[in-house]
Formats: sequence, C-alpha cells, structure tokens
Amino acid sequence: MKIGDIYAYTGGKDFDLAKPTVVFIHGVLNDHSVWILQSRYLAHHGWNVLAIDLPGHCKSGGKPPASVQEASEAIIALLDATGVQQAALVGHSFGSLIALETAARAPDRVSQLVLVGTAFPMHVSPALLESSVSAPMKAIDMVNTFSHSTLAPPPSALGPGTWLYGGSRALMRRVLASNTQDNVFFTGFKACDSYEGGEAAMEKVQCPTLFVLGSQDQMTPPKAAQSLVSKAKNAKVVKLPAGHSLMTEAPDGVLQALKGFLKA
Amino acid sequence: MPGYSDPGFDTLALHAGAAPDPTTGARAVPIHLSTSFVFESSDQAAALFNLERAGHVYSRISNPTTAVLEQRISALEGGIGAIATASGQAALHLAVSTLMGAGSHIVASTALYGGSQNLLHYTMRRFGIETTFVKPGDIDGWKAAVRPNTKLFFGETVGNPGLDVLDIPTVSQIAHEAGVPLLVDSTLTSPWLIKPFDHGADLVYHSATKFLSGHGTVIGGVLVDGGSFDWERSGKFTELTQAYEGFHNMVFSEESTVGAFLLRARREGLRDFGACLSPHSAWLILQGMETLSLRMERHMANTAKVVEFLASHPLVSRVGHPLLESHPSHALAQKLLPRGAGSVFSFDIAGHRAQGKAFIEALKVFSHLANVGDAKSLVIHPASTTHYRMSDEALAQAGIGPGTIRLSVGLEDPADLIDDLKKALKAAEKAA
Repeated sequence: MKIGDIYAYTGGKDFDLAKPTVVFIHGVLNDHSVWILQSRYLAHHGWNVLAIDLPGHCKSGGKPPASVQEASEAIIALLDATGVQQAALVGHSFGSLIALETAARAPDRVSQLVLVGTAFPMHVSPALLESSVSAPMKAIDMVNTFSHSTLAPPPSALGPGTWLYGGSRALMRRVLASNTQDNVFFTGFKACDSYEGGEAAMEKVQCPTLFVLGSQDQMTPPKAAQSLVSKAKNAKVVKLPAGHSLMTEAPDGVLQALKGFLKA
Repeated sequence: MPGYSDPGFDTLALHAGAAPDPTTGARAVPIHLSTSFVFESSDQAAALFNLERAGHVYSRISNPTTAVLEQRISALEGGIGAIATASGQAALHLAVSTLMGAGSHIVASTALYGGSQNLLHYTMRRFGIETTFVKPGDIDGWKAAVRPNTKLFFGETVGNPGLDVLDIPTVSQIAHEAGVPLLVDSTLTSPWLIKPFDHGADLVYHSATKFLSGHGTVIGGVLVDGGSFDWERSGKFTELTQAYEGFHNMVFSEESTVGAFLLRARREGLRDFGACLSPHSAWLILQGMETLSLRMERHMANTAKVVEFLASHPLVSRVGHPLLESHPSHALAQKLLPRGAGSVFSFDIAGHRAQGKAFIEALKVFSHLANVGDAKSLVIHPASTTHYRMSDEALAQAGIGPGTIRLSVGLEDPADLIDDLKKALKAAEKAA
C-alpha cells in the first residue's frame, strides 16, 4: 500500500487497524523485501504489518532521510497518516537506529522495540563512505562480503535455491539505481556515521527492547551493541549464528526471536 | 569468527551452498532421496505452504541436495538463485512458460541447439507463442523483430554448432530498450568461460548434462536468475507484477524486489509442470562442478591443438572455431570469451557425404554419439542427427552444411586425439 510517498508491504494481508501493528524498517541499500518471511508470517498470525521502503528508496518517493532523526520523523508521520496509535518497531542496522530514535522521541507510540544487527556508535569508515560515491559497485561488493558469514546458509529468504550473496548484491544495486537524484548509499551511511544520540535515546525508551545480534556479524559485531544493551531498561538479547544480514541469512532464527518477544 | 571474504571461482565451485553435514559430519553433499520432509508442527506446515517460512516440503518443489546445486550454479554465474530442472530443455521451457502465455512473442537467434529450435518453432507455436528467428550477428534484425507483444530475447553464448558468438552487451541493450529480458543458453561455455550476467543478460540456463556435470552420466538443467531485470518498470509482465490467484494472490514483485521471476518459476512452473531434477542427478552434477575449472582449462588447451591441426590439413575446407581469425566471431570472442570459445565446434571435410561417413566410422578415440561436453571426445554429423528436423534453409541459416562434422573435444592426451583425427581423415581421403 502507499501512504503518501511511503510504500509499505503489508505481508499479503489487507491493512487492518483492528490488529496490533508492527513496522519493519530496513537498513542502507535495502528495502521492504529483506523482511519477506518475517513480515509475511506475522501478517498471517494476527499482526497488521507495514514493511516500508524508506523515503527515496525503491517504491517510496520523497527525499532519502539525511539523518536518523529525519528518518524517525518519517516513521512518526507514517503512524499518524495510517491512524496507528502504537506499533512495534523492528529495525535492521540503519533501520535499528531509526527505530530506536523513534521510540525515544515518541515513547507512547511504540509498544515494543526490536533492534536487529545494531551498534552504537555505527561509524562507517571514511574509505567506505568515499567509495559509496566514487565506486559504488565496488563498495556494494565490499558490504555484501562483510554482511554474510557463510557460503552455505540454511534455506533462506526466497526459499531453497537462493544464493544470498547474489540476492543481496542485486538488491543493493537495484535500490541504488532506484533514486537517480540522491545517492541513497552515501546518504544512509552518512546518517549512520553521524548519529550521536544512541545512548541518550536508549535511556528514553520506555518499552521492552529485543536485541537480535549475529554472533558472526562483521559489520555490527555483538560487542558493538553493548553500549545500547547496557542502557536499555527492559532488554532481551538473542544471538544467532549469522552475519549482519540476519533476516535473510537466518530468517527462521529471527522469526522465532520475534515470535517470542512480540505479543499480539 | 570472521566469515569468508570474497571467495573466488574455484572455492565457490567446491563450497557454495554446502558445509559439512551438521548431523552426520559428512563432508560430501548428502543425497537426500526423500520425496517429502516432516513438518515440525501444523503451524510450520501452513507457514511453509504460504511462503512465510523457508524450508523443504516436497522434492518436486525443492530438495536439500538439489538446493545445493542451485546455490552453487548461482554463485558461479553471479546470480541470485536458480532452479534445477529435469533437463536443459525443461529449463528453457520453464523460463518461457513463467514469462508468457498464448499471444506472446519471442525474438531468438537462428544459431540454436536443434532441440531449442524445435521447442520454439514448432511446439510453443502450438501453444500460441510465436518466435521470430534472427541471425545472432544481425543487430538491426534483433531491433526490427520486436513487436508490441514481445516478451523475451533468446540466444546462445556461442551458437551451436557454428560458434557464432552472441554480442550479449549489444543484444541485451536492444532487449532492455524493448522492455524485455535477455535469456542466454550458456551450456557450451559454462561460467568458467563467460558469465553472461556480467555482460547484460538477465536469465541464464544450462543443459547441466554437458560441461557442468562433465562426464556424460546425467541429464539435467539449471535456470539462473541474475536479479537485474526490473519487471515492474517494464510493465509487460503481469504474471510477476499482479496478484496471482493460483498462489495466495501473491504479487511476486512485491514479495521480492529482485526475485519475482524465481518465485513464480518455482511456485508455479515446478509445481504445475513438474520438470524437477532428481536429487541423485543433482549430486552427480555437483560432483562434476567441483572440477569445472580444471576440466575447462584442459578442454580449451586440447581444443586449441585440435583446431590448429585441422586448420592446416589439406582435406579440411573449413574449421569453425573463433580461435581462427577467419571465423566471423573471432574479434567478439577475443572480447567476451578471452579464455576460449568452447570445445564444441564444427569443420567441413572437402569431399562428398560418403567421405564424411568414412571419417566418422574410422575414429577410435572420438565416440560417435549425440552429446557434447563430456570428458571423452565426441563426434557427430549434425545434418543427420541433432538438426535433422530443420529444413535445408534453416540449416544453412544456422551455418550447417551437409558435410559438416561436429566435434566435442575432451580431456584425452591431445596427441592421441590428433592421431585419431589424422587416421580418420586418411580413411576419408581413401573413400573419395
């Protein structure tokens, strides 16, 4: 469905305000489709699902958010526009910072917070930032390599026969090409790199928080999430034997963690 | 513990898609000869059927052994995923039937395997799908053949058996301007010689019977999706961009931004047409793929020696391999296929039909049979076998003469191959 400029995948079910809402927020150079299995499952098990494309990404119009704060305003605006009073927020990587900031800014609008593959600070190396502009295809390959931990994942997102490295690379290329005005690769990385409010935001969060971390994550290793874990008031941590792209590399593990945490 | 970093071709050929079996510790890929897989619970069963969770249900749709093959060929081609099929022909049919129905149109190269030509020219026409055939090098012809209902461009990396190299960058550009994908049959080259996705192709398939398995033991195919074609932007593929009543009203392009084709091909094509690959066959193909680069390197080295010998023999009037400057695709092959243009090629004996027959019957190391891409060297007479259904006009368009001999150069000692050819040419000379 389209809400203004924002596209949201509803998991194969109609948008239904009578059900509790969960919003999925993707990371840099991703879109809603990285949540295909988890979002579809929850939509068919009692949840009203909004798996969005961030502004300026793929099916969503508008300018890509230049900061985590700006992105969180877009999430709050989405809740307002859809009439959702309170939602569980699930974010991955850049999306986890957006979810965190949203939960801090509007604590009464967030019922549960799930941070997947998160870290604070989420610094991006100057070389990678520069490459995202000067040699984006090379930078995509670099990010792709560091986002996965195995050449032999179990049946993954899209199902058996899917090659995760190839799927991830194709998606990043497609998302980059989807915006001819702004480099959403650089914009997203810059927003992650410059976000300074993580710990302060975590202290403001009132709702229960689930951390889903990949024990083999090279982009946001579990220890990089500890500053947030230590500030969270009501936190649960689940570690999965996966790399940074947990939703696609360990879709069942992420789903089980979500099922155990989200109470419809 | 860090993960792999940017693995190379040979590492992927051995490891992509498979790790030691977590239950038994088996290092080789286990052969899962099981039709079905037990559900953990009713909830999991429903979720698997509704594409809410990933896993195996029934081996016509997916199988753990077959899935390793699918991941491995995807890794080697640089694709997003693959579907293993009962044969290369089944892979071609799966691609066509996923993308179109009656009233659609294909633009295809004239230089195709005879079976592919049959499927498009005769069989698919019976189901309402028309094909216009264009010489692979006729760039204006590809453009002119496009119709409003065109859904697909199709060609072979190197045309069988003339080895006309398909100008994938140029033809894919024309296809994309027409809003349709380019499907490439890469059977004769394998990903070791060319990765068509790197040059603009959108879908690739192989008869895995040939170089991928490499030992002449198994029939199978693989269809690989590059994930690059934007089905929504094209606007021509409602099969992928609108709700499909036959599968939970799923809109495949919404479910997956880059994998819509694969989703429909598996959820409809394998489910309904059922041309799946046996896990045992998948295992045999995997065994072959482990040594793909080693074999291809030897195939190319032997081919170079055989081509050199034939090109200098007085009884040979033509050798159709792009290694030779006289071949029309020589320059294009240098650009797109720097490691070689394959080991399957044809040549003409300067003589009448009986001399060709005498040549084939005198061969001892080359086996006379209808296959290519075996470890063993093979030979056949296309006009009377693989391409026998084609008219003389169609044969000529495909670059095949009545005296054309097709070789598939194997892995034997090159001196023995040349000695075998030398003796057979002597026999042909005597039959004049």
